Amino acid sequence: MIRALLWILAAILLGGIVHLSTVLALPQAARQDAYSRLAPLTPINTMAPLAGPTAQNAVMPFMDPAFAGAVCRYDLSGGMLKLIAPVSQAYTSVTFYTRKSVAYYAINDRAAGRRTIELDLMTPEQHAELPEEEDVTAADRLIIESPGTTGLIVLRALAPEPGLMTMARQALAGATCGIQPVH
Amino acid sequence: MRLLFGSCFTLLIAAALGLGATWLTLTRGVAFGALTIGAWTAWPKSGSVDIDPYARAIVARNGELPIGMGDGVAFYARSDDVGNKFDGRCTFTISGTTPPARYWTVTLYNPEGQLVGNTVDRHDFTSEEIVRDSDGRFTITVAPLARPGNWLPSGGTEQFVLVWRLYDTPIGVATRTTKVGPMPAITRKGCS
Repeated sequence: MIRALLWILAAILLGGIVHLSTVLALPQAARQDAYSRLAPLTPINTMAPLAGPTAQNAVMPFMDPAFAGAVCRYDLSGGMLKLIAPVSQAYTSVTFYTRKSVAYYAINDRAAGRRTIELDLMTPEQHAELPEEEDVTAADRLIIESPGTTGLIVLRALAPEPGLMTMARQALAGATCGIQPVH
Repeated sequence: MRLLFGSCFTLLIAAALGLGATWLTLTRGVAFGALTIGAWTAWPKSGSVDIDPYARAIVARNGELPIGMGDGVAFYARSDDVGNKFDGRCTFTISGTTPPARYWTVTLYNPEGQLVGNTVDRHDFTSEEIVRDSDGRFTITVAPLARPGNWLPSGGTEQFVLVWRLYDTPIGVATRTTKVGPMPAITRKGCS
């Protein structure tokens, strides 16, 4: 009797370990995560418009149809990245995601406080290698550290009513991202 | 012999328990740090590096990009205020006011997160296009057939999910208290 109980206890403990390890391993094993869905649609280190969701077709689930979107799929192994995004009339936001869809930084037009949002994205190693005088002049320069070398930058511009969608798309069309030349 | 039988039994039970629990938590959408107001629930931490392992697994599995903290907060509703599950054949009203935000949108999805097709191509409302009464309150009617005012068609889909997104809001960023102000009330008005 006691032996049977011990076996059951062991089964529950082991079950808990299986549960936790599968939950933790799932992001590594997922093949349909956002990055994988966007990889065939977006060139690397270039800003690409993102098609809005329709009832028939959507790149990702739970996209907000009131927003125009653009994606920069980045790879920092060749150097740091510069992002320039003009602000649309209503509301614009920039969100940075890791390769595994973790939103590690987000900023909106009001928080950026200018007509264009300008950001430098680099790995912690590249940040550490920045010449010191450059870091000082960086007071008006927004530096974001990416936890990994690859990830996604997503720009979203609100169309407050459907008729303004074209304008929101045009605002995003002026956005650029690209690797900065090393100097 | 007994040892062999015992360990096989244990391993089988362990695998079933562990995988079953994983499947359940991922399909039911269990995640920590939920902020619930009425019928609406948000997971503000899912938009930051503090996202918990369960939410991380859910996001990786369904392929979405969660709204970033600093951008906004998304509230999900799958039933009305008294717990009636959303059914596309029924009529629901959403009324009241919203917590402070520069803009908001409310969107109707099927449980998989896809928009639901309908004849007028209306899937959402933004805070700018909604029709309000004189004291700033609004009523949205979710129904399969056309209604006057703010009609959000449910297309007769069996189940649906409403997502209320607040953009540029202090909620989730600054608040630790649950006193974030009211979310719109959801009431079922009857089924056809």
